[in-house]
Amino acid sequence: MKVLVPVKRVLDYNIKARANAEGSAVELSGLKMSMNPFDEIAVEAALRLKEAGHAAEIIAVSCGVTACQETLRTAMALGADRSILVQTDMELEPLAVAKLLRQLILREQPGLVICGKQAIDDDSNQTGQMLAALLGWAQATFASRLDFTPGASRVEVTREIDGGLETLSVALPAVITTDLRLNEPRYATLPNIMKAKKKPLETLTPQALGVDVTPRLQLLRVAEPPPRKGGVLVSDVAQLVDKLKNEVKVI
Amino acid sequence: MTQILVIAEHDNLHLKAATRHVLSAAQALGGAIHVLIAGFGCESVVASASQLPGVEQVLHCEEASLAEGGAENLAQLVATLAAEYTHILAPATAFGKNWTPRLAALLDVAQISDIIRVDGPDTFTRPIYAGSLWATLRSSDPIKVVTVRPSAFEAVPETGGAAPVLQRPGVPDSRLTHRTGLTLTHSSRPELEAARVVVSGGRGLGSAENYQALLEPLADKLNAALGASRAAVDSGYVSNDYQVGQTGKIVAPDLYLAIGISGAIQHLAGMKSSRVIVAINKDPDAPIFGVADYGLVGDLHTLVPALTAAL
Ligand SMILES: Cc1cc2nc3c(=O)[nH]c(=O)nc-3n(C[C@H](O)[C@H](O)[C@H](O)COP(=O)(O)OP(=O)(O)OC[C@H]3O[C@@H](n4cnc5c(N)ncnc54)[C@H](O)[C@@H]3O)c2cc1C
Ligand SMILES: Cc1cc2nc3c(=O)[nH]c(=O)nc-3n(C[C@H](O)[C@H](O)[C@H](O)COP(=O)(O)OP(=O)(O)OC[C@H]3O[C@@H](n4cnc5c(N)ncnc54)[C@H](O)[C@@H]3O)c2cc1C
Repeated sequence: MKVLVPVKRVLDYNIKARANAEGSAVELSGLKMSMNPFDEIAVEAALRLKEAGHAAEIIAVSCGVTACQETLRTAMALGADRSILVQTDMELEPLAVAKLLRQLILREQPGLVICGKQAIDDDSNQTGQMLAALLGWAQATFASRLDFTPGASRVEVTREIDGGLETLSVALPAVITTDLRLNEPRYATLPNIMKAKKKPLETLTPQALGVDVTPRLQLLRVAEPPPRKGGVLVSDVAQLVDKLKNEVKVI
Repeated sequence: MTQILVIAEHDNLHLKAATRHVLSAAQALGGAIHVLIAGFGCESVVASASQLPGVEQVLHCEEASLAEGGAENLAQLVATLAAEYTHILAPATAFGKNWTPRLAALLDVAQISDIIRVDGPDTFTRPIYAGSLWATLRSSDPIKVVTVRPSAFEAVPETGGAAPVLQRPGVPDSRLTHRTGLTLTHSSRPELEAARVVVSGGRGLGSAENYQALLEPLADKLNAALGASRAAVDSGYVSNDYQVGQTGKIVAPDLYLAIGISGAIQHLAGMKSSRVIVAINKDPDAPIFGVADYGLVGDLHTLVPALTAAL
């Protein structure tokens, strides 16, 4: 079975995002970009399936600007076998990404797609589910555990839901999206980073895949939320209780 | 004409409070509001829904394939109803997030996730980058599929309406997924996302034993829900459904107590809209003090029992 892992290049999670001076977009120039943390978990999940003999080949895919090649090299340094960049300078919405991924999946015929549950820039939490719908496949979002039985036509997935955990029996092929506790991703070693430079990276375009990626949403404004006004330090518990009772009256 | 379909969240027995928050976003849009109850053996939920104020009609789909609220069947069902509506709204909870993108893809429209403000019939504001920024977006799609952040909209009351109920056919089971296990955390405490007071603990507590011994008595005194940082969940102090933050639950209670939590941006994303924030931390430079209304610097092992005793 082939496993396809979409990986997104995002602003590093340690960096605070700011709006540009015009308030028309997020200021990204010159800032450190990294692989979306949920996608690192997705790559790790795919690697473990390969190591356990359930997966034969891992293909990483990224959609976006040329610099997404770095993200794909990272995925290959971690152990993905090859990768595909769908290169475009257009802003891609989740529906467009899902349509691009569908075209690649029709070509590559993977048995499983593992996505991150959300990208930490737009926090949309959509792409995996949209892809599953477009393919008519089963989905299992927010996965915290995967149980594969060799040769089985279904996989057991445990999901993090609001009240606790749910386990689903999921027909293959399927789209799984990763939650934080699925695994702890490994780090790339120097020899593997070197090896990744020689692994195949194919570049395609939305046009070549026949996908219209025209946005459906227009961004009118990006702004900092109204700041919380600074608070005070209280000297002891008695003063805290007094403030809560008499100043803001919440208890 | 604005025609809104709100998809109710429920467990076949009870209507979840999130639905009443979504209704208030629907009312902000204006127009006729219908509520869909899709499930199996969910008559009591239908009865509750028909009493919600401002609802013109309740649609009731009763079908075994809808019992578990699985994404494949539910998205298919809502897709068959969608043509009559301009807006389809659901809560941005684990339930809503799971199936709404599937619906949007079936309808070939964009989804607008996790809105915190309605700016117009096609314009919405939503947080991005863990709430560091707010983006205002306009949709050009004929049907707007929108998930609503419950804590950003006041809940409508439970009663006051008397909407008629219309039975609608369900959909056949896709058989793509079925549930084989369900472990729900049972707690006598208020629901985390609906609680008036939340007591949240972080890695500073040091162990599951300390978390329980220090925070439970405090939460009892305040009739509070318990929450946690990711570090506390990852360290096994409490289960995943306690996590507050960018990738956990978003809460906005009247009072949020952050105990032994440093205040990473991903945590702040889940609680910084709380009305009053109290932080207890031994590090005076901890970022949590930057958002706290009242900060208490010191050792939580002595401060928390002292606070519990003082209440
Ligand atoms: C401030 C701001 C304004 C924007 N304005 C516009 C606009 O006006 N018009 C517009 O068209 N776009 C715009 N965009 C870009 C666009 O909205 C996002 O790229 C898109 O919403 C993707 O959402 P997400 O990454 O949160 O998806 P999610 O659904 O959260 O992503 C989940 C998973 O899907 C996969 N995935 C997602 N994207 C990719 C990818 N590119 N390559 C590979 N895998 C991927 C990953 O596995 C990821 O973990 C804007 C972005 C920002 C930050
Ligand atoms: C993709 C991604 C998503 C994430 N999502 C979330 C999320 O949804 N929610 C979330 O919470 N985090 C999330 N995180 C993690 C986040 O970045 C932080 O790592 C986490 O919030 C830290 O938890 P903490 O404050 O409990 O631990 P720490 O940062 O270790 O802070 C512990 C605090 O306890 C204090 N302390 C220690 N001992 C005492 C004592 N005796 N008395 C008083 N104070 C004491 C310390 O001074 C310190 O400030 C995410 C991270 C990533 C990369």
